[in-house]
Amino acid sequence: MDAQLVQLLQLAINGISVGAIYALVALGLTLTYKATEVLNFAHGDLLMLASFIGWGLITGLAWPFWLALPATIALVAVATFLLERGVMRRIAGQPQFAGVMLTIGLAFMIRGAVSMGFGPESRKFETPFSGHTTHFGPLVIADLNLAIIGAVLVVTVALFIFLARTSLGVAIQAVSQDQLAAYLSGIRVKRVNSLVWGLAGALAALAGMLLAPITLVDISLWFVLLKSLAALVLGGFGSAPGAIVGGLLIGLIESFAGVYAPGSIKDVVAYIVLIVVLVVWPRGLLGEAHGKRV
Amino acid sequence: MSFFEVRDLALAFGGVKALDGVSFTVEAGEVFAIIGPNGAGKTTVLNVVTRVFAADAGCVLLDGVDLTNLPRQQVAQSGVARTFQNIELFEGATVLDNLLLGRHRFEHGGFASQMFNSRAARAHEDRSRARVETLIGFLDLAPYRNQRVAGLPYGVRKVVELGRALATEPRLLLLDEPASGLNPEETRELAFWIDDIRHELGVTVVMIEHDMSLVSEVADRVLAMNLGRPLASGTPAAVQAHADVIAAYLGA
Amino acid sequence: MRFAYDTSYRDSRRLLRWRTERAAYAVLVLLLLVAPFVLPVFYLGELTYLFIFALASLGLMVLTGYTGQVSLGHAAFIAIGAYAEALLLARGWPLPASLATASLLAGAAGVAIGLPAIRVSGLYLAMVTLAFAILVEHTLGHWSSLTGGFTGMAVPDAKLFGISLATPTGFYFLCLALLAAVLLALINLMRAHLGRAFVGVRDSEAAAWGLGIHVPRVKVQAFALSAAITGLAGALLAHQTKYLTPDGFGLMLSMQLVLAVVIGGLGSLRGAILGALLIGLLPSFISHLKPLLPDRIAKQFGLEIFVYGAVLVGFVLFEPMGLAGRWQKLRAFFESFPLYRRDTFRRAKTYMRSERHR
Repeated sequence: MDAQLVQLLQLAINGISVGAIYALVALGLTLTYKATEVLNFAHGDLLMLASFIGWGLITGLAWPFWLALPATIALVAVATFLLERGVMRRIAGQPQFAGVMLTIGLAFMIRGAVSMGFGPESRKFETPFSGHTTHFGPLVIADLNLAIIGAVLVVTVALFIFLARTSLGVAIQAVSQDQLAAYLSGIRVKRVNSLVWGLAGALAALAGMLLAPITLVDISLWFVLLKSLAALVLGGFGSAPGAIVGGLLIGLIESFAGVYAPGSIKDVVAYIVLIVVLVVWPRGLLGEAHGKRV
Repeated sequence: MSFFEVRDLALAFGGVKALDGVSFTVEAGEVFAIIGPNGAGKTTVLNVVTRVFAADAGCVLLDGVDLTNLPRQQVAQSGVARTFQNIELFEGATVLDNLLLGRHRFEHGGFASQMFNSRAARAHEDRSRARVETLIGFLDLAPYRNQRVAGLPYGVRKVVELGRALATEPRLLLLDEPASGLNPEETRELAFWIDDIRHELGVTVVMIEHDMSLVSEVADRVLAMNLGRPLASGTPAAVQAHADVIAAYLGA
Repeated sequence: MRFAYDTSYRDSRRLLRWRTERAAYAVLVLLLLVAPFVLPVFYLGELTYLFIFALASLGLMVLTGYTGQVSLGHAAFIAIGAYAEALLLARGWPLPASLATASLLAGAAGVAIGLPAIRVSGLYLAMVTLAFAILVEHTLGHWSSLTGGFTGMAVPDAKLFGISLATPTGFYFLCLALLAAVLLALINLMRAHLGRAFVGVRDSEAAAWGLGIHVPRVKVQAFALSAAITGLAGALLAHQTKYLTPDGFGLMLSMQLVLAVVIGGLGSLRGAILGALLIGLLPSFISHLKPLLPDRIAKQFGLEIFVYGAVLVGFVLFEPMGLAGRWQKLRAFFESFPLYRRDTFRRAKTYMRSERHR
């Protein structure tokens, strides 16, 4: 195969695997936003918390990866469920800004607690995929990246089936569209909201466990949130398919910008995309239009 | 030529024809009511006149001046004021500040003179305050003057919104369901105020209303609409007796 | 009990109506004027930093508290003001000119970010400002020829009419004077037409249009004014820290400003000052607290950010009107004593209301 093409494909694969993480995080954000109209600025910190918990289980308690992964996901999901139930519910009815501020405050608390509890050093944990690569002809892909792409694919499909086919999933959709109507239809709205948050927490935990082997277990993992915001905006706010598409595109853009764009643009190209999209086409690719009826 | 004229207004949102050839005229000093079922396009007429939306076709004329393509912020300057169906007050400000904001379209000095509280700025403030106080007297808002709008009773908030619209010293006042949510006593007061607005202030009133008794009492002429089209127009009695209006809206 | 008995419209516009108020502020001014001559230099520097932070907080309050435009990246304007000041001084500009120009440059940046930003609102605006701040920090770090890159650049000393500002006392008075001047200007502005227009844009754009307010123009004006004030604070900060590096103007500084404004109480200038005082003093407070805590928890970075978060969460949940709101409530209590009703400020139960169609 042509060397140029190989390089392009290699870049594309790398971009997609990073983008898959962004997509997963963006998906979690979209779920909570659609259900409770709160953009959870603590999502990145939940991801970071999960990675530390995972590290603790794998390295501290010597649990195997395949046991630590579901355990971490379950723990963080429960914690997020309780978070919605105990804290976020109290600001229902207040303007959106209150939700932003509250989640930012919670993010700080999680970050501070983890920093105090675990200390500032970066850590690492081993997964069954670390250090192995697979060859597809001339292409070399790290097993970890394959695992990420695979996991995100499976989770996305499972989530869409869940939302469309199960009664709980349909209830979640109903609550996301019109809370009052859902309540009048007999859906336990408060419970569903907490469940959605728990689900989002689970997604964040999965993303954290998949990302940490690449970028180390470190407080700065929460930064993924910001890239995922760009993904949300690009894909279209309030759209779950948009979150996926946006995440993958941002991953690809970053990957190619690293090679073909001047300087260190790669670090900030996601933010440039965010600003440009919001200014030129605020709806994003698959998003909904906004407007107030007076 | 009439004072206020709307000619063949048309507006579509995607496939939905919100307005489909709406025309009516209003004489100076008149109270003109627009009635019709929900979704008839009544509020859309007001929105087009105040340039919230741009009409697809048709024109709006006030005293000979074409308002159809006016920039949105110049509507108040041309003498048109409106109230909103769901109250759009400035919740975080006091009643006084809400009314004073109605004076925005008048001369009030520049940035610098406001920051330095110059003599000119102080004079502007005194003048605005004096005009607004007349309105407060007119609408009996004195007890609520310095209270934040957010905590006030619904009836009072409706009156504040009316006052804010009057503070712009309009020639044409557009009221969107002014009596909705008011109890019979408040509705009677509203009727007196509309009368006073017309006779004392010389303002022409166009109001959207569902309360037929208020319409019969206050309005000179009525337009009935349905599905974006005019159904019938004339005196309140004539319109209320019109067969199409009864079928579409009033019920037999 | 205390009644406001006004006999003219001017009476109700008086800034200090009550004798007790006038006395209290007189004492405050006296203390502030005397401070440099009694306080040790370290505390004087802390106080000066508080003034600068309060100035930046006032800037953000104009934009977020009064005009309702969220900005999660205001540190960008501090950075622009600081670097502009350093660069102008390095070219030999006199201090008044450099301060004014740095402020104007920041204001111009405010217009530049404002013009596109106002097309979006709420959450989108928050994200745009956040992204903008990250971009500015990145640019400052990488534009080495202009800014010295990540190693930073030194700030030359400034002289005002021959008196060197390198002395803590001189600088203290400069910051105090500028803070007082800006505060008074804003007080005047907020009770005049433009200030009311800001509030109008915040509370209901539809109604504001209908009253003849050109909403986008007012938003850009708010951005420009806010950025200029914050830029001025940045220029002063350059003198305070004497050495500029990009990581001093990162996300954390933006967040501290937002915390100051929110905890202080949105829509109140007093709130901006109070919030700035609280947030500015928190690190010192925490470091005094550290010896009392077990060693593990006393790890530097984590505790500070945890406390910031906890304070913010506490205020959002229990005192959404902020410190200014608390002040108002206390004042109402004293003014109507003994007839104060416990539920005077009770919030009505609110229900989830979709803001999707805002």
